[in-house]
Formats: sequence, structure tokens, C-alpha cells
Amino acid sequence: MSNLFILLLVPIISALVLCFVKDVVRAKWIALIASLLELGLSIPFLCGFVPDASVQFEQRWMWVESLGIQFHIGLDGISLPMLLLTNGLIPLIVLSSFRKAHKGNFFALISFMQAGLLLVFLALDAFTFYVGWEAALIPIYFICALWGDGDRIRINLKFFIYTFFGSLLMLVALIFLYNQSAAPSFEWSAFVALDLPESTQRWVFWAFFFAFAIKIPIFPFHTWQPDTYTHAPAAGTMLLAGIMLKMGVYGLIRWLLPVAPLGALAYSQVIMVLCVIGIVYASIIAFRQQDAKRLIAYSSIAHVGLISAGVFSWNSEGLQGAIIQMVNHGLNVVGLFFIIDILQERTGTRTLAEWGGVASKAPRLAAVFLLILMGAVGLPLTNGFIGEFLLLKGVFDYGVWYAVFGGLTLILGAVYMLRLYQKSMLGALPERYVKVVDIKGYELLVLVIIAFFTLFLGVWPKVILQLSEASVTNLLNQIKF
Amino acid sequence: MGAIITLCILGIVVLYLGLFKAKNALIPVTLLGLVATLGFLVAGWNSEALPQFHGMMIFDRLALSFSILCVIITGFVILLSREYFRNISKYLSEYFCLIIFSLTGALLVNAYHNFAMLFIGIEVMSVALYILVGIRKTDLASNEAALKYFLMGAFSTGFLLFGITLLYGASGTFDLTELQAYVQTSSEISPLFYGGVLLLLCGLCFKVGAAPFHFWTPDVYEGAPILITSFMSTVVKVASFVGFLRLFNTVLIPLHDFWTPVLLVIVIITLFVGNITAMLQSSFKRMMAYSSISHAGYMLFAIITIGATSASGMLVYATAYSLASVIAFGVLILVKRSMGSEDFESFNGLAKRQPMLALVLTIAMLSLAGIPLTAGFMGKFMMFNNVMGTYNITLLILAVINAAIGVYYYLHVVVNMYFRKPEEEVTAQHVPTSYKVVLVAAAVLTLIIGIYPDSILRFL
Repeated sequence: MSNLFILLLVPIISALVLCFVKDVVRAKWIALIASLLELGLSIPFLCGFVPDASVQFEQRWMWVESLGIQFHIGLDGISLPMLLLTNGLIPLIVLSSFRKAHKGNFFALISFMQAGLLLVFLALDAFTFYVGWEAALIPIYFICALWGDGDRIRINLKFFIYTFFGSLLMLVALIFLYNQSAAPSFEWSAFVALDLPESTQRWVFWAFFFAFAIKIPIFPFHTWQPDTYTHAPAAGTMLLAGIMLKMGVYGLIRWLLPVAPLGALAYSQVIMVLCVIGIVYASIIAFRQQDAKRLIAYSSIAHVGLISAGVFSWNSEGLQGAIIQMVNHGLNVVGLFFIIDILQERTGTRTLAEWGGVASKAPRLAAVFLLILMGAVGLPLTNGFIGEFLLLKGVFDYGVWYAVFGGLTLILGAVYMLRLYQKSMLGALPERYVKVVDIKGYELLVLVIIAFFTLFLGVWPKVILQLSEASVTNLLNQIKF
Repeated sequence: MGAIITLCILGIVVLYLGLFKAKNALIPVTLLGLVATLGFLVAGWNSEALPQFHGMMIFDRLALSFSILCVIITGFVILLSREYFRNISKYLSEYFCLIIFSLTGALLVNAYHNFAMLFIGIEVMSVALYILVGIRKTDLASNEAALKYFLMGAFSTGFLLFGITLLYGASGTFDLTELQAYVQTSSEISPLFYGGVLLLLCGLCFKVGAAPFHFWTPDVYEGAPILITSFMSTVVKVASFVGFLRLFNTVLIPLHDFWTPVLLVIVIITLFVGNITAMLQSSFKRMMAYSSISHAGYMLFAIITIGATSASGMLVYATAYSLASVIAFGVLILVKRSMGSEDFESFNGLAKRQPMLALVLTIAMLSLAGIPLTAGFMGKFMMFNNVMGTYNITLLILAVINAAIGVYYYLHVVVNMYFRKPEEEVTAQHVPTSYKVVLVAAAVLTLIIGIYPDSILRFL
């Protein structure tokens, strides 16, 4: 069972099966069982993984013989946390859409997207990577546009074309590198070994960067994000914010920096400034939001701004922080969006001004909400703390002033998050919310699992950090400046 | 050559079937004939390719593979025409006969080795189509389209003939091999020759519908019956491209410094004109017409990027494009039958009514837009790869911008099918079996080529 291909096969098969399931109840159970099976199947890889710098469980087939394209996947310390994040969050996302009457096609799209995401995280061949990158986009487009609300058609068309344009620029870079490499080959190792002149690396850098920056999104490429997040269905938002944006950050670490290090060196100041602007700008906007979902969307821009800054600081702390913070952010943001969704269902609104005092009616919700919120703010002993600490340390080593302004995320984050909590949970309970019931059953289960990991990773972050440590060190040593 | 003789006999047989009122036998006999043609083509695969009939034709791999594609697509069109033509005209057998003769012309163009055959092939292909476009005798749009197509076609043939004459005047031969020898060996190439090359270029660009010679395309595509449009935009276009490729990528390679700049300008104009105009259309059929112009632009990449892989890139692209077009027009026929209109709005809510139709059309649109795991992506990828091999990055960036524009209008119909509701409730209509077979087969082939491109790349 230690063939990585099976991890891609299970979601594809479950997606194909789910396409034909019309029954609402059966569909959700099949989706849950399939996602749990997928999670179970990833355990042997976790147990069998040796935390050193090597690429393990490699699988390689000839794909397009005449063009020298291979289907090449493998697992190393950087992709393993992403694999665990994806396979861990999908069952939670499926579970969180349990009370909604979705037919099989909804879950089929989620499963298909899971396959695409895994392909991105496992790919060691640029062609394989690109296929996964696009394959993840189609299902999320349909999820957001079919089950979304508001002006969903226009918003998602913008989202699709924006990201697709970014990916096409990346495709240009990939084809260029393919033509440069000796064998013509799309192999990751062949790309890294290219050692291009600096002038070339500079534009290769931008071609990659646009694709990743739009996906993450880094300021000023974020304009699609708040609308898309706000008007997507809850599961779609969780997929977008929890997992999909990690594709971009992962792309930065896996492809952009090793392939175009001189370009990254030349422009790292610019990117750092963009990241820091994004952090401050998004935090301030988040503070002014009345729509809770939009608030989390902007907070997400701020958080990923710091993560990207950590990546571009290009030292061990920054990269390690980025990897663990990707996992943390995925967990927390899924929890937060789920809580917003529960509140919206109970109260019929997402507007902060109309909420209040729910804690008195739903103490269990208030408790887990607070815990997850603390994780998002980055309080010590929660998962967010260790990630933000490492990131800020990395950014500090790069430049003091970046750390000073980037560090504002901690303060501003506390401000808008606590405002969210205060407006929703505390204060007097309006008359119309007397009948609000507390969370129970699977809602409680999902949130308790997330809250547990918020604490667990806060106390014992080494679980994730030790997986990636050797790979990160190796990656840093590989770069030839 | 067996294939062409079979097709000629088949056309006459079909005419006689019409004479004896054996209407039910028309489609089976035609399909049988096409299968036989396919058999001849496949049988010739491993034989050594030499010019035949006094150097008139050559059935090499290039000709064979594209001929097989043309025959298969024609088979799809024939399957779709069951029921379709009955509603339009009573001259059923003439239809099939003309389509078969047009296909014969396409095969001649695929395999020409002498300018006489190129000219005859293009004429056989086009004359049959002039009639087919105008077959709805009482319909004004159809008549206008036929007249326009005829005038423009005659005009472009004039260019072509003039070009051939000038080449003959300079080199004294119609034969491609001798022409090649002339280009390679003669110390000084006559200015007549250059003029001839330019005129040939114009004539062929007319035929493939590249801008600025594209003005006939939208009106003719819109006015013609849908199935004839699908035949024109696939088989005829593909054959014209092979004619283009054979001349410019073998014989005229030594002169590429002369003609590539001209073609480069044509390519860039074609891409932008096709894509930007397609974006503004409200009729699905007209959008497909403009998108076919932009695809002509992408396919011209294969001609300007001279190299060993340009033929295989062209094959993948043409296959992907033809399959997707067959699906798009097939679904359009069904939608038009139930809604009475070819506008995007008539696709509203199709996903609820008929999920299978919506799914195959989505696959076709994604393929045309060039999304991975469909054949269209492989085609675009190979074209882009060729461009990167020969030219600088700027051309590729222009192509990429156009690909992004393309997504906008291809998703338009997907948006209408899945996310918009029809104004009035329409009941699901019955989909004939032949339509199901063709649509599913084309969609499956699109996915197979997209997931496992070697299945087709092995051939060239």
C-alpha cells in the first residue's frame, strides 16, 4: 500500500462514483467514507516517512514519450505536511456540509479537487504540477458558481480568468525552462540544475510569481479574493482558504525559489514590501468589515502576506514558519468559516451589528470559537503562535523594518478578531435570537477536532517541524546565489 | 489510390440510391463506404510513401493521418445528419453525395504532390460546399451565405491559380520535388517566384479563414445549415491546413526568411481579431465562427515554427479542435430544435434539463479553451512549445493573452447552461441514439487524448 498513486486514485474513483449518486443522504456518507479512507491511506506514508532530506515513495511513469514528459510524484518533508493538511481537512469539510442537502455532484467536485490538490503537492515534474494546478481550479469554480450566492456568476468568472491567466504565464515559463533543459525534460531536478543567467531568471521569476501571487493572493493581486470567498458556499470557502491558497505558497517554495533564485534575490525587496503592505492594508480593511465572512477573508490576506514574507526571507526560520503556518492557517480558517456558517444558519445573518450575546445561548460554541480564534490571533500555547513567531524571526533576520511592520499583524489581528468575537458572542442577546441552539453532533465534532489540533500544535509543534526540517535545510543549501 | 476511388464510387452509388428512392439505405451505405475508405487508408500506413500517378499524389504519413481524421469526422457528421436534413430539404441523397465529394477533395488536398492536384482538390472540396451552404433554397440567410462563399471562394482560387502560375513561370514545374530542387539549387531565385509565394499565401489564408482574409467566415458559418458549418469548420479547414503545411514546411523552407514575417503578422492579427470579436457575440453559432478564426491563428503556429514536431502538433490540435467542434455543433442542433434559437440564452438551464448534453458540451468548451486533461490543452501545449523552440517569448505571451481571452467566451455558454435559469420551463427533449453515440464518442476521445496524448502522438 505504499504506492503514492493510490492517494490520487481514491478521490478520482470516489468522484466518479459520486457523480451518479442522486440520493442526498447516501451521497454525503459515501463522500465521508471515501475521504476517511483517503486519510487512513495516508497514515502509512506518515509512519514510513524518514525525516531526512530525500524524496521518498517516488513513482515515475513515462507519460508523453515523444516529448519526454514524465508522470513523476514523490514525497519529501515539504510536501508531507501539505498532504496531511489536504487529507485531514477534506473529511472535516465534507462533515461540515452534512446538514445541507447536496447531491452527489457537490461531493464529487470536492473529491475531484482533492485529487488535483494532491497532484500539485506531490508533483516532481513540472508538467504533472501544471495539470494538477489547473485540475484543481475547474471543480472549485463550479462549486463556487453553482452553490454560491449574490453576484456569483460575474465574481467567479473574474476569479477563473484571473487565475487562469496567471497559470498561463507560468506555463510560458515552464515551456521555456523545458526548452532550456538538456534532455528536454520537465523534471524538477532538471529545472533546478539549469543555472540560468540572471537576466533570464528575472523574467522567469515574474512569470512564476504572477501565477502564485494571484493564487495566494499577495497584494495587489488580491482583488478577486474577498468577493469570491464571501459569495462562495461554506465548503467552497473552506477549500479555497484552507487548502487551495497553499498551492500558491507551496509553489513559491517548491518551484519559484529553487528555479529562479537570482531573480528572487533581485526582487525580494519588492516582494517583501508588497507582502508587508498586504498585511497592514488587509488588517485595516478587516477591521472595518461588517460582514463576518468578508472579515475572515481579509484576515486571510493578512495572514498569507506574512507567510509569503517568511518564504521570501529565505532562511530556515522563515521557511519552517511558512510550512507550519500553512497547516495552522488551514485549520483555523476552516474552523472560523464553519463557525460563521453555523452562526449564519442560526441567526439568518452575517452582519456583525445584528449579532450579539450568542454565548449565553451557545456556551459550547463560544468556547471552541474562542480557542480557534486565539489560534488565529497567535496567542502562546496555540498553534498560531509558533508559526507567527518563526515567521517574524525569519523576517527579522531579513530586515528589521519588515518585521516591525509585519509584526503589526499580531496586534491588528487581535483587534479585528476580538471585535468579531465581541460583536457575535458577547453583549446582550437580541430578542430574535432567543431560540438559537448550541452546537451538537457533527458540528461539535468538527470544531472540537480543530480546537484540539489548535492546542496540540501549539504545545507540540515539533510534530510538523521535524518532518520538514531536513528538507528545508537541504533546499537552502541547494540554492546557488 | 484505393481510398479516393472508393469515395468517388461511393458518391455515385449514393446518387443512384436517391434515384431509386432507397432513403433508408443512405446512411448505412455511406458509413460502410467511409469504413472501407478508412480501411484503405490504414492499410497504406506501413507501405513506403512514394509519389504516385506520375508524381501527382503522395500518401505519406502526413496525408494518411490527416485523411483518417477527415474521414472519421465526416463519419460523425453523417451520423448526426440522420433526421437533421429531412427537416431542411427533400434532396437527401444529393446531400450525402456532395459531402462525400467534398471529402474526396479534402483527401486530394491532403495528399497532393503537384500543384494541379492542389487546385483540383480545393475546387472539388469547395464546389460541393457552395451547393451545400445554399441547400435551404427558400432561406435568405442560406442563399446569402452561399453567394458570399462562392464569390469569396472564386476570388481566393484566383489568387491561388495566379500564384501557381507565377511559380511555374519561375521554375517551370508543378511538381513539389522538382520545385524543391529548384529552390535549393538555383543560384538566383526569380522575383516571380517570390510574388507567387505571396499570392499562394493569400489564397490559402482565404481558405483557412485567417485574418485579414476572414470576412466571409462568420456570415457563411452563420447562414449555412449547422451540420454543414460543422463540416466546413472541421474537415475543410483541416485539409486546407495540411495543404498549407505541406507546401510551406517542405518546399519553401529555404525561403522562410521571406515568408515567415508575413505569416507572423497574419497570425497575430488573426488571434486578436478572432478572440476579441468572439467575445462580443450573442449567438453561439457566430461565436463558434469567430473562435474558428482564432483557432486558425493557433494552427498557423505550426506553419511558422518550422520543425520536425510541427506536423504532430498540428495533428493533435486539429483533432482536438475538430472533435470539440463536432460536439458543439451537435449540441447546438438539439438546442435549436427545442428552443428555436442559436443564442447563448437558449442554453439557459440545459444542465438541469439534460445533464449529459451539458457535460459533453462543457468538456468540448474546456478543450477549446485549452484546459489540461482535455485534448485541446495538448494541442495548445505543443503549439506553444514549437513557438518557444523557434521564436522569442513575445509571440508566446501574445498567444497566452489570447488564450485567456478565449476562456471568457467559452465559459459563457457553460455559465448559461449551469448557472442561469430559462425564462420559461422547457421539457427535456428526446436525444436520438445517433447523437448520443457521436457526442459521447467525441467527448471520450477528447479526454483520452488529453490524459494520454501518446495515443495520437505515436502516429506522426
